Amino acid sequence: MKPVSHIRSRTAVLAHENIDTDRIIPARFLTTTERAGLGRFAFNDWRYLADGRENPSFELNRDEARGCEILVAGRNFGCGSSREHAPWALLDYGLRAVLSSEIADIFRNNSLKNGLLALVISESEHRYLLAHPGLELAIDVAAQTIELPDGGRFGFQLDAFAKHCLLAGVDQLGFLLAHNDSIEQYERLRGVAA
Amino acid sequence: MSAPRTLFDKLWDAHLVKAPTPATPGILYIDLHLIHEVTSPQAFAELRARNLTVRCPERTLATLDHSTPTTPFDDLGQPVYASEEAAAQVAELEKNCAQFGIRLNGWSSDHRGIVHVIGPELGATRPGMTIVCGDSHTSTHGAFGALAFGIGTTEVGHVLATQCLLQSKPKTLAIHVDGSLPRGTSAKDLVLHIIGKIGVNGGTGHVIEYRGAAISALTMEQRMTVCNMSIEAGARAGLIAPDQVTYDYLRGRPYAPQGEDWDKAVAEWNALRSDAGASYDREVHIDASQVRPTVTYGTHPGMVVALDAAVPAATSLQDRRALDYMRVEAGKPLTGMAVDVVFVGSCTNSRLSDLRDAADVLRGRKLAERVRMLVVPGSLAIKREAEQEGLDQVFRAAGAEWREPGCSMCIAMNGDLAQPGQLVVSTSNRNFEGRQGPGARTVLASPAVAAASAVAGCITDPQSLLQEQAA
Ligand code: SF4
Repeated sequence: MKPVSHIRSRTAVLAHENIDTDRIIPARFLTTTERAGLGRFAFNDWRYLADGRENPSFELNRDEARGCEILVAGRNFGCGSSREHAPWALLDYGLRAVLSSEIADIFRNNSLKNGLLALVISESEHRYLLAHPGLELAIDVAAQTIELPDGGRFGFQLDAFAKHCLLAGVDQLGFLLAHNDSIEQYERLRGVAA
Repeated sequence: MSAPRTLFDKLWDAHLVKAPTPATPGILYIDLHLIHEVTSPQAFAELRARNLTVRCPERTLATLDHSTPTTPFDDLGQPVYASEEAAAQVAELEKNCAQFGIRLNGWSSDHRGIVHVIGPELGATRPGMTIVCGDSHTSTHGAFGALAFGIGTTEVGHVLATQCLLQSKPKTLAIHVDGSLPRGTSAKDLVLHIIGKIGVNGGTGHVIEYRGAAISALTMEQRMTVCNMSIEAGARAGLIAPDQVTYDYLRGRPYAPQGEDWDKAVAEWNALRSDAGASYDREVHIDASQVRPTVTYGTHPGMVVALDAAVPAATSLQDRRALDYMRVEAGKPLTGMAVDVVFVGSCTNSRLSDLRDAADVLRGRKLAERVRMLVVPGSLAIKREAEQEGLDQVFRAAGAEWREPGCSMCIAMNGDLAQPGQLVVSTSNRNFEGRQGPGARTVLASPAVAAASAVAGCITDPQSLLQEQAA
């Protein structure tokens, strides 16, 4: 994983609540054995019309949304399945952060493990961002702040370990592997040795 | 004396290799890791890239279910895949299991089936365990008093390599279901009712423990239906304390302990319940006697309505969109709405009792014209038991398709799918837009409601048919 410390980008807004993982990437695209190249399926069934052309009324297809790396989404974003294909698709699509007042557990976990900043912000700040698409935000992971163009600033929660992993670009498997002795000791004590 | 603990606390404490600190999450030991073809290939690729091996292949159990066809085998006895990619995905799992020494319930196994159906069926799922799978409906196994939850593919790699997961401690939510379920209602109606009450995000960050008289009265299969859908309320996991019903179900299953080991195990399992006075972060009370046959009318599992009640008016833009998508009118009940496809299956409702419920409604009847009905048993074992009872004959005589086991139209990635605009009454767990095929509309229901709707050609309360039968 590459370190993630700062993101500066305009926001795109998808105000729908409860955007589920089938919306983010429909199951029929999950027959892949790769994690690369899923961006072309991101939001597939909203993004394209039945004949394969881009759907002009989909928010993220508008000119002003293109190239935005920060998505502000309605509450309970990422609910549904545990498919990690969802954050893989969003990252490959070009997003680097998703902000919402509520983000589903597994999706949030999966996202942070892949360097996609899935960040929960307060309801009032969420409401403000939803109402003002296209704002240029500066996210500072170390300071845990999001800065608005007018200099206003608000914070977000991030657990210390996830933050450390994001900033250092380390992945968590290394941390687990370093605890091999503890794992062996646990297995001995519980009598569950292999 | 130590402070009273909840069932969750006991499971959590017993599996902590290292407790969480302010700077690091806890390290949780995993007793059983279930894997399937869709969410595991990239995890095995990671192992290879790092030159790692599977730490405990004997604690790992694999099956084929999501992208596998449920149609009959071809003349050479081979499955007919919907795409080359699906076939390649299955081949990849076969290769990975062979290379790393993992038991695979593959095409030649008698135990093939949906991952959350075969775990319990084999007795691989037992009280007191931690169980994970790269699949959100792993919550199903919580019905046995196991801490069971879905994980992403990166975490599948973690568990393969270390048999452990990094976890922050979730909160606890007690859902007390008091009273008893009225006749003619099922566990599916109950869980839809609960999600309607607490909302699709009502359990986020929490492990739910279902308690109370109405829960104790459920069979294991019904408890699995309830725990299965915990994730639809956003919960990390669902739990039910084990009791005699649990033990009666497990006794004699292939992986269950035998003889003296069994007695020892039961003695340990008996301690797996929340202590009197243990406190939860939140508690909710549900009166079971209020539950009626319930279905979804919108595009997430929290948009539920009793069959005989009017669909509520939309109060937000989202709700209006959902009603438009579903072509549902507020202010009227869903009964009478025309149905195109009926799906009985999925890890929510594909067990023998579910098939019996559907068959009881269908016996001696025919599907309405233009209704297509798929009945997809959750496992090969269930398929065989159902055939022994002649249920397949009931389904076939009614005009339904009797399929090979698998996830099928629950997730619609194996070629079983509904057409754009079609209305599917489905016993599965997700009614998201397009879940059962692009543009398809899903109404979640119990097996009895699904079967009755297949016969009537429109959404129907099975009671009306069953009363007719009795008369
Ligand atoms: S039946 Fe449906 S919900 Fe269950 S494991 Fe298969 S795809 Fe997932």
